[in-house]
Amino acid sequence: MIYLIPILVVLPLIGLIFGLFTSSKTEKQIGLLALIITSLHIILTPITIVYWFFVGNMNLKEIILYKSIEYEFFIDFYFDHVTAVYLWTGSLLTFMVTIYSKYYLHLEKGYKRFFNSMFLFFLGYNIVVLSGNFETMFIGWEILGISSFLLIAFYRDRYLPIKNAMKVFSIYRIGDVGLILTMWLSHHLWHENITFAKMTNEDIVIGHLTSHSILGTSISIFILLAAIVKSAQLPFSSWLARAMEGPSPSSAIFYGSLSVHMGAFLLMRTFPFWENQLVVRIIVGVLGLTTAFISNYIARVQPSIKGQIAYSSSSQIGLMFLEIALGLEYLALFHFMGNAFLRTYQLLIAPSTVAYLIKEQFYTYNEEIKHQENSLYQKIKNSFYVLSIKEWYLDYFMYRFLWLPLKWAGKTFHFIGNPFILSILLAIYIISRILLHNKISFLPAVEQQLPIVYSLFGLMFIVRSFSERYNVFLAFGLIVMSHLWIDLSVSFNQYFTLDHTLIYLSGILVSGLVGFICLFNLKNKNEKLDLTNFHGYAENHKKTNFIFLLATLGLAGFPITTAFLGKDLIFTHIQSEQILITFITSVCFVVDGIATLRIYTRLFLGEYKKELV
Amino acid sequence: MSSSKSTFDEDEVLHELKHYLPAQMPLKDFVHHNTLHSFQDKPFYTALQQASEIFGYNTTLSIEEYRDMYLHEHIEKSILDKIIIDEKGEENFHIWKEKVLNQSYQKPNETKVGRLRNKWKDAYQIDLNAGTRPSLFRILNAYFDQGISIWQFPTDEYGLLGSIKAVEKNSFVSFFKTNRAKKMLLSEKIPTITELLKILVGNDQTLYKQYLYDQQFMHTGWSGMVSTLEQNPHGLLDKKPATLKDLIILELLLEIDALDAELGKNWLPLSEKINIPTLSDIHDFSTDNQEYYQIIKIWQDAFEWSYYDGVLGGLKAHKEKEAKSKEKSFQALFCIDDRECSMRRYLETVDENCETFGVPGFFGVPFWYKPLGGKSYIKLCPVPINPKHLICEIDDHRERRKKDVYLSQHTHRLFRGWVIVNTFGFLSIFKLFWNMFRPSLKLATVSSLKHTSQVSHYTIENKNISDQENGYQIGFTIDEMAVLVENLLRNIGFIENFAKLVYIVGHGATSVNNPHYAAYDCGACSGRPGSINARVFCYMANHSKVREKLLEKNIIIPDTTQFIPAIHDTTRDEFQFYDDVVELSEENKKLHHHNKKIFMQSSDKNSKERACYFDTIDVKQKEKNIHKILKKRSVSLFEPRPELNHANDALCIVARRQLSKDLFLNRRSFLNSYNYSTDLDGIYLFNVLSAAIPVIGGINLEYYFSKVDNHKLGVGTKLSLNVMGLIGVANGIDGDLKTGLPSQMVELHDPVRLMLIIEHKPEVILNTINKSSVLHEWVYNQWINLACFNPYNKLIYVFKNGQFEEYQPIQTIQHIKNIDDFLEHSHDNTHTRIFD
Repeated sequence: MIYLIPILVVLPLIGLIFGLFTSSKTEKQIGLLALIITSLHIILTPITIVYWFFVGNMNLKEIILYKSIEYEFFIDFYFDHVTAVYLWTGSLLTFMVTIYSKYYLHLEKGYKRFFNSMFLFFLGYNIVVLSGNFETMFIGWEILGISSFLLIAFYRDRYLPIKNAMKVFSIYRIGDVGLILTMWLSHHLWHENITFAKMTNEDIVIGHLTSHSILGTSISIFILLAAIVKSAQLPFSSWLARAMEGPSPSSAIFYGSLSVHMGAFLLMRTFPFWENQLVVRIIVGVLGLTTAFISNYIARVQPSIKGQIAYSSSSQIGLMFLEIALGLEYLALFHFMGNAFLRTYQLLIAPSTVAYLIKEQFYTYNEEIKHQENSLYQKIKNSFYVLSIKEWYLDYFMYRFLWLPLKWAGKTFHFIGNPFILSILLAIYIISRILLHNKISFLPAVEQQLPIVYSLFGLMFIVRSFSERYNVFLAFGLIVMSHLWIDLSVSFNQYFTLDHTLIYLSGILVSGLVGFICLFNLKNKNEKLDLTNFHGYAENHKKTNFIFLLATLGLAGFPITTAFLGKDLIFTHIQSEQILITFITSVCFVVDGIATLRIYTRLFLGEYKKELV
Repeated sequence: MSSSKSTFDEDEVLHELKHYLPAQMPLKDFVHHNTLHSFQDKPFYTALQQASEIFGYNTTLSIEEYRDMYLHEHIEKSILDKIIIDEKGEENFHIWKEKVLNQSYQKPNETKVGRLRNKWKDAYQIDLNAGTRPSLFRILNAYFDQGISIWQFPTDEYGLLGSIKAVEKNSFVSFFKTNRAKKMLLSEKIPTITELLKILVGNDQTLYKQYLYDQQFMHTGWSGMVSTLEQNPHGLLDKKPATLKDLIILELLLEIDALDAELGKNWLPLSEKINIPTLSDIHDFSTDNQEYYQIIKIWQDAFEWSYYDGVLGGLKAHKEKEAKSKEKSFQALFCIDDRECSMRRYLETVDENCETFGVPGFFGVPFWYKPLGGKSYIKLCPVPINPKHLICEIDDHRERRKKDVYLSQHTHRLFRGWVIVNTFGFLSIFKLFWNMFRPSLKLATVSSLKHTSQVSHYTIENKNISDQENGYQIGFTIDEMAVLVENLLRNIGFIENFAKLVYIVGHGATSVNNPHYAAYDCGACSGRPGSINARVFCYMANHSKVREKLLEKNIIIPDTTQFIPAIHDTTRDEFQFYDDVVELSEENKKLHHHNKKIFMQSSDKNSKERACYFDTIDVKQKEKNIHKILKKRSVSLFEPRPELNHANDALCIVARRQLSKDLFLNRRSFLNSYNYSTDLDGIYLFNVLSAAIPVIGGINLEYYFSKVDNHKLGVGTKLSLNVMGLIGVANGIDGDLKTGLPSQMVELHDPVRLMLIIEHKPEVILNTINKSSVLHEWVYNQWINLACFNPYNKLIYVFKNGQFEEYQPIQTIQHIKNIDDFLEHSHDNTHTRIFD
């Protein structure tokens, strides 16, 4: 019976695999497939829950992906009351939205793509909800990120959906790093791959925390970072409203109800860990409450229905954070269900609101002049109003602290694109590699600083790639190179054995190679390959589009190549006190995802312009 | 190039902009109109070319699409050949045929709008739109919001710009990022457009006009809305004074602000930073691309005539059958709407002795309507008419409004929201579940069936002339009633042979989850259902004093004849009769009871014909089952196509019903009853055409343009729409308002112009058209095509170059033996057929 758990995870995966092979000409095949998969899921879910009810919490250690003396990466599943509630809600809503979308999307271009993205999302959701350790959860977490990108950019020939998909993805990326760092520090704290089941053991947790309280607090803060990003809490709230670009059902399920509650899930899942850290609980509570208020103000002034729903959802999740911090876990779970159901419903019937409110206005409207008094009270009120209209500068904040520095850095490191400098740096890389391989050591004092220098090179490369506007080969190559630097940096840092390097780089290089082949393929077909415009090649080069997307994801370290595992390995080789390297490496991972997906976006999304009639 | 306009005339340019911007009203008053209304003073094809060159709209299908239709015989070979010969002459036929079929053409894609303002990118590598649009749209949306936000814009006392200024002055936080623009707004005298343009563009005033066009046509949705509301401030219940000038000043200030934020204070104006090439005036037209547009014209004409030819051929081949009995079982007046076309046919098939008429769906009674408790008036007549009468609802026992907690704003508040989320929120899943599997009218549907009820009463009769409200007379006097009734009956030639029961059938629609609900109802009632008009008309026609007056005018309605108001819901194919408000005689009660069954049976059949266009329905089932499915569909949350509205409309026949009775017109025709023999001089014809042409021409052209450029002139897909401020729709939260129709409404539409066929002598028709400048423009500029069926010699004439020419249809007409077989197997809508 316990094997129902992996079956629940595998179901959407089966859907996805079959889905990719269905014909895009008829809607029936994929529609039926989606119905079968979600129906099976909604039948198996209650059975699993009933089983759990009788046997209690379950932990299932599934597959060991990698094992060495000091490090083990395994897939682990866990099932408790939090899982039960999230699983049930997710299964139910996905089932209903599937039925809804089967009709609603009739004749829509991208019908098949929608359901495949939905399978992908559902897969990620199940993995996260059922995960038994951070590593497993992280796989799901990444899948959620990419499926969100695909769903927001569903109307891929339009500018705003693409732009907002990129925006949301970039912010998500910060959350992902929160989780990476959590895993990294966890390894150092527990010296093993800790399972959530083990984390419920209070003695073990307290035992570890008393000796490493700073480490413990840091882990909690990184968990919180991942949680606030996914749940649109301050200061990251502005993405949620901007995610409402796809067809209403996807907005409803993914942003209105399921995806956005994943932060709360993460907090509840890890609650036993930070339960006894008062500071953390205070931070979570205060942050939640502040978001509740500020998002609520923004919701109040929103003049569009979806914007209003997004912000009030974010505001309610703020309250959930508070409830969790107060230890009212069951209330939070109940609250989650209510909020998820309500927002799904509201988004699905959003267009009805027009008729309802226009009628309401017709019968209740009172003409009054809104007079402006010249008082301090009025002034404060106005200030709050303007502030809320401007979303409390939250979107600007993202621009100021995420995009602008990147742009600036890209300009600063422009020289790296110069062929001469590029060849020198390449030479340095090769020499270092040879030195490392032959274990030739020169000045040990310099050597200690090398990891930082190399990781800086990695950062410069990736940032430079991000700002490249014309040469796509350069941009793509720089990304691959950046990974090589990071690998080199870590290799110098600790005994990053050759097999680790192989695990990491094999994924990167294969993805890079595939990507280059795709690019050459496009070039051979006489397509323009600059990065200043959106070219929309997805429309006319369907296969290349799909393969290049996979290559992009591989390069960005998604769980489809060994690079994903390698990414984890890299961090285990950075000590918990090496803050600088950690910082640089994590920034690299953030930018890496953004830069690779930017290339994909520019080339394959947007409006395809035909040349001749 | 005109050098005379070297200086910039602000008012003139503003006036021009208002002329060219879309004129779509807020959602609640959505009414079809010609999308390119601003070009209507030019011939159709000239307008298409100019609109395309100035604004970059696609104004026709692409040559590829035409060629594809030719391959699939949707465009007839014989017709294409004829058009080429007509246009280019016999001697050039082969050259042009080759060009039309095979030569490759580049669609001219240089558009005049955008030429100048795009240069910011070259000048400063800056995306000005990204810097200004989100703030601009958010401020506009917040200001105009009619009731979505809980906390509304602090004031609207001083107009758009004045109110922003008032808030800005009295706030610690600014709408602007930098100081300069803020100071300019707050200064005693707000800078003029010219002054601001000087900062942005530079000293060269010849560029200003271009710059403003570029700027405003980047977001036609909002600009159009502001300009429309400036001209019709009553379009909003919660009035928001604003002018296009305000909007432009605001946008210019935001541009300065964005540039300051990005470049610091010292940047050079656009024309001084980079060299701007000389730009031709926006309205100067090149003579390039002539051949491309000639090819397009040939294709579009061939496309249209492939359809028209069959219709005209059908009219010619069709033999009028003598009615079996003079005695009519009942008569029914429907709206001229194309959706009633097949409904009338089925009624006539089920009961061969009945007779149907078509009139514009407000039944000739124009008035304002005020429901009980309503805070404003609703116009129940075509948009251009300004009624002088007001009809109020006085007694009503209906449960009018149910509060719906899920749709109310409380869920968006913090603590109330918390309570609702944890209670009702939890229940919403059951509600959703229920609505998905058992949809019903109970949900927040907009249904024509709820427009009026058996128990509602209205102030239809005016007993005292001084009875007025806000300058409108409450109700109609007996004299006025008599005139209105007489006019309607005479317009359609229905002045004798009254049956015992005459049904006056308004129409409307039912839909849920549909921001464009107003587009589904009756266009002749300003986008509302026609049931109240039907009731008002029946009250008048049943009034004994009115009948006395009519008697004086030689219209004898027997005492036994009674008029019954009804509504036909075109989505549900359901009839609702308001028979309680008419005191039916015992005999008529029985008849009515019998007739109801006929209506029911006909609507089952009609729903089958409609279902053939929905490919999710199996049409081989029983009619009753199909009808059930359609009813369910009308209230289904996830059905973006509850009905297909006017899709495929292409025809309007102004004639006696006998002329078209046995033609299978495939729901593509508006049918306006008209009897030439009672109107030899065309006096009533003028009334008929004046009421019908602007309405149906507008419907047809809105469908045309939404289809050929769904991206710019239509809404695009409706699946991702977000409702902005209750006045419009947009994509996402940062998008521009979208005008026109969503793709789901037009995907089956064949973009052809309307063909108006009138049964009368050609000279009478010409005289009638020439009487009015409006009709003249529609016809002479070919925004509609005009044909004439001369009842005296049974010949067909077509209007061409200012006169009627005889037309010989080319295609042979097919016959239909069994309608069911035909419907189940054919999706052909090009060919007109005759029933045997």
